[in-house]
Amino acid sequence: MDEVVELELPARPDVLALARLVVGAVVAGEPLFDEERIDDLRLAVSEACTNAIEAQQGRNGDDGDQRPILVRCRLASGRVEVEVRDHGGGFDQAGLSLHPPVTDPSRLHYERGLGIPLIRMLSDSVEFRRTADGTAVIMIFEPRPLPDPKPIT
Amino acid sequence: MDLRLDVTERDGWAVLAVGGEIDVATAPRLREQLITLVNDGHHRIVVDLGSVDFLDSTGLGVLVGALKRVRTHDGDLALVCDEPRILKVFEITGLTKVFAMYGSVDQAVAAD
Repeated sequence: MDEVVELELPARPDVLALARLVVGAVVAGEPLFDEERIDDLRLAVSEACTNAIEAQQGRNGDDGDQRPILVRCRLASGRVEVEVRDHGGGFDQAGLSLHPPVTDPSRLHYERGLGIPLIRMLSDSVEFRRTADGTAVIMIFEPRPLPDPKPIT
Repeated sequence: MDLRLDVTERDGWAVLAVGGEIDVATAPRLREQLITLVNDGHHRIVVDLGSVDFLDSTGLGVLVGALKRVRTHDGDLALVCDEPRILKVFEITGLTKVFAMYGSVDQAVAAD
């Protein structure tokens, strides 16, 4: 049976710890998700929420968009789907690949831009969907395959 | 917000022990502490992540910034981390190739 947990969070950095706690707790009961996979999920969701909050932050001294961000966590068929929605007006995905690779010395000029690569690496699939007034990030997490059983000796 | 910072000195290195969670809420305090150290003339810094429970890309960015800052003074920045869940964040972003990483503060200050 599907299990859905939906959170509406104020778009402030201090709610990130709470978002991590909740998604971790939702998945904690799933026997196929071990601690390492739950850590992956917490980090990816935290990165997506960070982007959502930053997208709504005020520029040039205004208060930004005060509407809450939405975190929707769905457990179904042994996998976890997490959607993070903001009202931040969307972002330019084409600009994401402009950073030099991490081993390039000039990469040190960029302190940002690691969040979305992390989400891509930690999730099994991710989709960035443009909504009417922002972005929806939909991440799918599969459990890691169990290690091969040890032969009985 | 849960972030603990503690500075000591050892063998000519400033050792910054960090504890708790590093995310966009707490990273500004870490960044300020590192900038203060560099401005105070500490150009050889060990950041001990041994008590860090969570590290995200914002935290990585702060460490990259600090590395850049000490290098402009011909300094060095070493990281101490032996927790698999934190090491993994460096590994999957390729940053293990950028930072000098050690399993203990002893090893970090002994390496030259």
